[in-house]
Amino acid sequence: MPIFKDKKYFRVDLEKKLDESLWIRCKSCGQLVFKRRVRENNNICPHCGAYFFLTAKERLESLIDPGTFIDISEPIMDDDPLTFTDTKPYPKRIEEAQEKTGLASAIILGSATVTEIPIVIGVMEFQFIGGSMGSVMGEQICRGMEEAIQRRVPFVLVSSSGGARVQEGIFSLMQMAKVAAVRTRLGDEGIPFISIMTYPTTGGVQASIASLGDVIIAEKGATIGFAGRRVIKDTIAEELPEDFQTDAFALAHGVIDRVVPRESLKEELGKLLSLFAEVA
Amino acid sequence: MSDEQTLDLLEAKIKELRELNETDGIDLSAAIAELEEKLAVLRREMYSNLSEWERVKLARHPERPYTLDYIGMVFTDFYELHGDRLSGDDPAMVTGLARLDGRTVAVIGEQKGRSVEENKQRNFGMPRPQGYRKARRIMRLAERFSFPVITLIDTPGAYPGLAAEENNVGEAIAVNLATMARLRTPIVATVIGEGGSGGAIAIGVADRILMLENAIYSVISPEGAAAILWKDKDKVKEAAAALSLTAPRLHELGVIDAIIPEPLGGAHRNPAQAAAALKDALIRNLNELVPIPTDELVVARYNRYRGIGRYRTLTER
Ligand SMILES: [Zn+2]
Repeated sequence: MPIFKDKKYFRVDLEKKLDESLWIRCKSCGQLVFKRRVRENNNICPHCGAYFFLTAKERLESLIDPGTFIDISEPIMDDDPLTFTDTKPYPKRIEEAQEKTGLASAIILGSATVTEIPIVIGVMEFQFIGGSMGSVMGEQICRGMEEAIQRRVPFVLVSSSGGARVQEGIFSLMQMAKVAAVRTRLGDEGIPFISIMTYPTTGGVQASIASLGDVIIAEKGATIGFAGRRVIKDTIAEELPEDFQTDAFALAHGVIDRVVPRESLKEELGKLLSLFAEVA
Repeated sequence: MSDEQTLDLLEAKIKELRELNETDGIDLSAAIAELEEKLAVLRREMYSNLSEWERVKLARHPERPYTLDYIGMVFTDFYELHGDRLSGDDPAMVTGLARLDGRTVAVIGEQKGRSVEENKQRNFGMPRPQGYRKARRIMRLAERFSFPVITLIDTPGAYPGLAAEENNVGEAIAVNLATMARLRTPIVATVIGEGGSGGAIAIGVADRILMLENAIYSVISPEGAAAILWKDKDKVKEAAAALSLTAPRLHELGVIDAIIPEPLGGAHRNPAQAAAALKDALIRNLNELVPIPTDELVVARYNRYRGIGRYRTLTER
C-alpha cells in the first residue's frame, strides 16, 4: 500500500506526558479550571461535578496502579484492504487519528495491576475514528485475551466506541465474530472477563465483545446500546424516551450489572477482581 | 424506462406473439425467435456488468425469492418451530427442521414480507432479539442431535427500535456469534439477498459462507454509509462501490467461500433455477463437512475466525 508512509510501530508510554496545557474549560459549567486539580479529582469538574472526556491514556491512568503499565500490543497498524475513500482516503484518516491521539490504533493494550492484582487490560480511544473496531482492534483484543490466558490473569476491556470501522467493510463486520470466538476460550480456561462500558458503547462493539463480559460495569454517564437514536429515527421514526440508552436505561433493562461513578471505578474494579482472585 | 422494464416489455411481447401463434394459427415463429434473441442479448449485456448499486437493487428486488420460497423448493418435510422460550416469537426469523438429500437439518432464515400486511408482521425481515434467541435455541437443538445447521441470510439489519434495545439486541447478537463460533455441528450460511450488518452475521458464523450471485453483504447499508461518511444521502452509488459488498468482490477478498450462480437477470427471473443451484451448493458443502470429525471441524472454524482481518505488521521503533 504505497499511500501509507513507511512507519515504525510506536508503543504507549504512560510516563511520558505530552499535554502541558495548564487550564481546561468545563463544557458543562463553563468554568476555567486548573488541569492538575481536575486530574486529582478523577477528571471530574471540581465546580459542577461534570465528567471530563477521558482519552484512553487518561482512562488507563485512572484505573491502574501507577507505573505498572506495560504495552503488550502486537506491532500492527491499520491497512486499507478495500482502498476505501469517502470524503477522504482511509489511510489519511488513520494518519490524522494517529497524530491527534498519539496512538498507533484505536486501542491500547497492556499488562498492569489494579490494587496489586495483575491483569491484562485493553482501553479503546474514542478520538481515534470514534473508537471504531477494525482489523487492528479485533486482533489486539484477541491478543489481549490470549495473553490473559497465558498469564492466568483476568482480562479487562474498557469500551469507548461507536461500533464497527466502516472503512474496512466486511473485515470490520467479521471482527465481531472474531472477538466473540476468542472470548469463548476465556470461559474454557476459567479466566474472568470484566467489561467496562463507558461513553459510548454502541453498535458492533456493544453487539460483540462488550456484551460478553462475565461482569459488565457501566461508568455513570455511559451511552449503551446497539442502534443509535438517529438510526431508529431514520428507519422506523419511533418516539424514544428521554433516558433512552443511558446508564439508567441499561441497568433497568438488565443490560449491565452495575452503574459506577467515575471516582469509584478503580476501587470497585479492585474489589471485583479480588473476588475472582482465587480462580485466575 | 428502466432496463428492467424493457425486459418485462419484451417478455410480454413474446408471450403475446406465442399466444397469437397458437390461437390464430399464423406462423410467427421467425418473429418470436428474433425477439427472443434480442431479449437474450439485452439480458446478457445488462447483467454481465452490473454496478454495485444495481446489485444492491437486485438483492432487494421485491420479487426476489425469500427464505420461505427457498425452503419450499430446496428442502422436504419442513417443520417450522416457533419461539425463543423467553418472551416471544419473531416472524422475521423462520426456524425449523427439514430434510435435505436424506439428512435432517436445522434451517434458520430471515424472512421478508411480500405484501404490506406481511411486512408489518415480519418487520421487513428485520429480526428482533426474540428472533436471534429463537435462532440460537434451534442451533443448540441441532447441536444436541448433530443436525447440520443451514442459515439463509436476508435482512436489511436487526430491527432498530425501543423494544429491541429494551430486550438487549446487542447481547442477543453477541451471544449468537460466540455460540456459532463453537457449535459442535456443521454450519453452512448463505446470503440469499441482503446481508445487513450485525443483523446478518448474527446467523452468519459458519464453516462455509456462500452467497447468491446478486446478494450483498455489508457492515453498513449504502444509505447509512452515505449519510454517515459522505454526509450526503445522494451518495449511495459511491458508497455501494466503496463498501465492496458484492459476491464477486467478497469472494476475491477471501471472506466468502463460493458464489451460487443465479439465472440471468436475477433469482426472481427463475426462482426454481436459483433454488436448484442453492440446493446443489448446500448438498455439496454438507457432503464435505459432515464426514469431518466434530473436534476438527470446530477447530477449523475457530481458526478461520481467529485469522480474519487485514493489517500491516511493522517493525518497532
Ligand atoms: Zn464544571
